[in-house]
Amino acid sequence: MSVLRMTRAVFEAIRAHGEETYPHECCGALLGTSTDAGWAIASWGQAGNTRTDSAHNRYQIAPLELVKIEREARRQGLGIAGFYHSHPDHPAHWSTTDLEEAHWLGCAYVITAVAAGKATVTNSFLLAGSSEEDKRFEQQAIDVEEPG
Amino acid sequence: MTIFIPTPLRPYAGGKDSVEVSATTIAGALAELTAAHPELRKHLFNAEGKLRAFVNVYLNDEDVRYLPAKEATEVSAADTLSIIPSIAGGTGN
Repeated sequence: MSVLRMTRAVFEAIRAHGEETYPHECCGALLGTSTDAGWAIASWGQAGNTRTDSAHNRYQIAPLELVKIEREARRQGLGIAGFYHSHPDHPAHWSTTDLEEAHWLGCAYVITAVAAGKATVTNSFLLAGSSEEDKRFEQQAIDVEEPG
Repeated sequence: MTIFIPTPLRPYAGGKDSVEVSATTIAGALAELTAAHPELRKHLFNAEGKLRAFVNVYLNDEDVRYLPAKEATEVSAADTLSIIPSIAGGTGN
């Protein structure tokens, strides 16, 4: 199983974002650096959920928001390593919709289950494969790095 | 102009996060990019040669799909082109 490294600050921030937007889904980008051991997440960028028609069970990030997040990441010497979103009152596991609409191969998709407004389980899934035809999610361990 | 390559496509662009091209239109820039890095073509375009539905291309802060001249829009050396695969999902329930 591959490992997604993440600072404690990022881990707590993305879980808190899911609690803030409950009962709607939150979403955002994970910014980091690529290492031999996989992505190391150092920062994050909150994004608005454009699916206001169905925000309790769908999320979408406006591409222009991603253009701006990537611009800021580049300024920090980081890259877009993946994305996070929440599943309100639903398990922290990818859905069919998540896989169909995932196109960032090699990136991490982090999902936090938020039950009755409280963040519970957070899981990460690597979008593995080399094309749209053979893409698949593979669960990753999340290694939360404590400050110090 | 500079074309910014998103993380998942960098392995098909020699590992680069950006590529400089000298074309004068968006279509020309994408053609120059895929001529230099042929493996990118199938990730960007469908069998009919059109941009895949989930691939967004932004000229600076403008979605190319909504520009009056679309991919025929002229570009200058100072412009940037960002390739951004779409981000969406959810429980769907």
